[in-house]
Amino acid sequence: MDHLSPVIWQFLIKWLTNFAVIPPEASRIAPQVDALLVFMTLVSLVGLTLVALLMTAFSILYRRDRNPVATQIEGSTLLEATWTIIPLGLFLVMFVWGSVLYFRIYTPPPNAMNIYVVGKQWMWKAEHPGGQHEINSLHVPINQPVQLTMISQDVFHSFSIPAFRVKREAIPGRYTTVWFEATAVGTYHLFCTQYCGTAHSAMIGEVVVQSPEDYKKWLAGSTSGVSLAQNGERLFASLSCNACHNGQPNSRGPSLADVYGSKLNLTTGQPVLVDEAYLRQAILNPSAHITEGYAPIMPTYQGQISEEGLISLVEYIKNLSSNYRVQQTLNTSALLPESPDKKAAGAQGVAKP
Amino acid sequence: MSTIVSLPDQSTARVPKRNYLTNENGLLSWLLTGDHKRIAILYLISITFFFFIGGALAGLIRMELLTPQSDLMASDTYNKIFTMHGVVMIFLFLVPSVPATLGNFLIPIMIGAKDLAFPKINLLSWYLYLAGGTMTLAAMITGGVDTGWTFTTPMSTHFSNTNVVTTGLAIFIAGFSSIFTGLNFIVTVHRMRAPGMTWFKLPLFVWANYAASVLMVLGTPVLAITLVLVVLERTVGIGVFDPTKGGDPILFQHLFWFYSHPAVYIMILPGFGVISEVISTFSRKRIFGYTAVAFSSMAIAVFGFFVWAHHMFIMGVSNYAVLVFSLLTMLVAVPSAIKIFNWAFTLYKGSITFETPMLYAFGFMGLFTIGGLTGVFLGSAGTDIHLTETYFIVAHFHFVMVGGMLMAFLSGIHFWWPKMTGRMYPEKISQLAAVVTFIGFNLTFFPQFLLGMLGMPRRYAAYPPEFQVLNVFSTAGATILGVGYLLPMIYLVWSLKYGKVAGNNPWQATGLEWQIQSPPLTENFTTIPIVTQDVYDYEWLERQKEHEVTHVG
Repeated sequence: MDHLSPVIWQFLIKWLTNFAVIPPEASRIAPQVDALLVFMTLVSLVGLTLVALLMTAFSILYRRDRNPVATQIEGSTLLEATWTIIPLGLFLVMFVWGSVLYFRIYTPPPNAMNIYVVGKQWMWKAEHPGGQHEINSLHVPINQPVQLTMISQDVFHSFSIPAFRVKREAIPGRYTTVWFEATAVGTYHLFCTQYCGTAHSAMIGEVVVQSPEDYKKWLAGSTSGVSLAQNGERLFASLSCNACHNGQPNSRGPSLADVYGSKLNLTTGQPVLVDEAYLRQAILNPSAHITEGYAPIMPTYQGQISEEGLISLVEYIKNLSSNYRVQQTLNTSALLPESPDKKAAGAQGVAKP
Repeated sequence: MSTIVSLPDQSTARVPKRNYLTNENGLLSWLLTGDHKRIAILYLISITFFFFIGGALAGLIRMELLTPQSDLMASDTYNKIFTMHGVVMIFLFLVPSVPATLGNFLIPIMIGAKDLAFPKINLLSWYLYLAGGTMTLAAMITGGVDTGWTFTTPMSTHFSNTNVVTTGLAIFIAGFSSIFTGLNFIVTVHRMRAPGMTWFKLPLFVWANYAASVLMVLGTPVLAITLVLVVLERTVGIGVFDPTKGGDPILFQHLFWFYSHPAVYIMILPGFGVISEVISTFSRKRIFGYTAVAFSSMAIAVFGFFVWAHHMFIMGVSNYAVLVFSLLTMLVAVPSAIKIFNWAFTLYKGSITFETPMLYAFGFMGLFTIGGLTGVFLGSAGTDIHLTETYFIVAHFHFVMVGGMLMAFLSGIHFWWPKMTGRMYPEKISQLAAVVTFIGFNLTFFPQFLLGMLGMPRRYAAYPPEFQVLNVFSTAGATILGVGYLLPMIYLVWSLKYGKVAGNNPWQATGLEWQIQSPPLTENFTTIPIVTQDVYDYEWLERQKEHEVTHVG
């Protein structure tokens, strides 16, 4: 056969053998998404065939030479009601099914481990709680729900893993989350799917799903020695946050111990749930939400901390579970002679000018 | 008794000497004309020009995507090219195409009026269109713009160093052309119908353009405001969309899609109108369920305004907003389904012939059905997550807008060509062109559904090698499609001189436009007609012919 054309032959052999219509299913949700996709494809095929059949049959039966005079028909309420109600019913089924799926895809289970992702022109930077950083790749363990908390440093990006059937925009100025549970060991594409400028199509990475043992090995092998929370602790001290938020009864700022996940009462009288997004906003725009009983005296840190720095701070505050930690921070920072100001600690998180 | 002008038909094989084309001569008589038909021709020429620019850019995009590497051009160039392809095709071709050419030409004639309500505003809208188009070209030549036609902030406001301001203002200006055209149509349809032309005697083409006009008048100003905000943010940094100044980048998405989703219906509704006319004429039947088709146009226009956030399911709108917008999106799909089945059943017991406009209309039916059904995949929130921002969405909207809208436009151009020019297009080669277009289109865009399912993101200059085989198919298809589009360009121009003389009513159709001479007189009707017959009344047409025969005999 290959005497026909070597080019075509190679083309057939090389690519047609790997031809697939659906990407691998590598997450807990993927088969569920595919089930709905298959259902929709079948309904569409039936609908399309119906329209094509009707048109072909009528074209043959009622072409001019067979049927020279048309019979005028006004319409038929019964028929029209049929093709209004049946599509409506099918569409509603797809709506309900799709919505259930949507909530499942975007509602993380409580035991999900959290990884932070920062999107920037043009790379994905993942930050593991243990302090491991990686660029354009993401290592995750198999059979373990993983939640990604994402933010963009510049323009919109969108984090897409086709094999997992999940995708979420990384937006400047706010955290978004997505979660998945990988079910097959392997390496999968990670795409940026929201157009983000020059190197948009080069913002491709890989998601590496590993067995728990391999994942542990990888964690141990890529650690920077400082966890996110520890880095946050250093920043907390170097930005002098502990001058006010020191947990003392008469301090100028509220204690941050156990604040994560709690409901705060604001001076506006509104209660607010303290989550990552709230903590980030409270650092950047403190006067917008003042906790009851405190004066609006905290300065803004807008422009002074990078997104990675904010993530570290948030992670630190999340992990503060008693006054003991704050106390320790005070001590640690006092004991760090070579990093008394922002600049020295800045390598990890303070925004570069 | 109707007093429609009935000039003797095929007996004299000459294009009437006195018509709107020959009435006055010289370039100035065209550039300063108030005649809706001449303005339609001006639009037709300029829109065709921009279509071929947009098409050439599409060709470059497909050439680049033939191989996985970014080897034909640099990424920046690629980004500028797909941006310009989108801007030119959407704002300078798809939005104005049917309303500004066919609508301008036909609406006054179809309702029995001498002209549109505001002839000077009509001419002004062509100039605005041309000014916007020229500015867009200038922006393209002097460095281009690379934000994508969606102008997503903060990409467009803070991170792009290209001609965002020029392009934004160009679209702002072209937008007013759209607003004025819509306004003109609405007033004309309300105020200038001939005696006896009641709302339910209006041809469906008029209904469809009326619905689209409502969208143009209500939607386009929102786009204009949004673009002004982008320009202000870029030049003086007002910060509406900038999170570091307390703005919200998602707000841009809301504003932009509040126009740009209805814009899809601005593009497709007039196309629906063309298809209704063509299918009725070539099966010699009143449209099955005329009222349902007319009302479904209005339903699409109204519902079309409440679905914009389905472009933002993965963008961080609240989960409950997603529910509402997903539901509304499903509801807006229903009127489209109604139309498809009504058109199909119009064929039932008809007397069908397959001239070129009918072939394009059949092509439209197939492609639009696929485009509409795949829209449901994207309206359903759970599957949207996987498919959005991939080639699936590219394929979907090309099926709707190119497969639907462009097929309808070509169908309409062929259908009314004899009326506009007095000459027939050559039938055999145009039938061939219609078939080539249909095949080329499917080969181009069907593989893109599969690419999207596999996860290939849109707007990529380079892509992982496993996607190549489908991209090769797509590029091959685009080549065929290109031939399909070039053919009409050649033979239609040829037909202006060598085409068979058309006569007044070559299709034996019922509309008022077919009862006057081709090409029409400047004033359309010698006396304003009094409409007594029903719309699409083929029996009335038969009686008219008999009447003529007995008189002549």
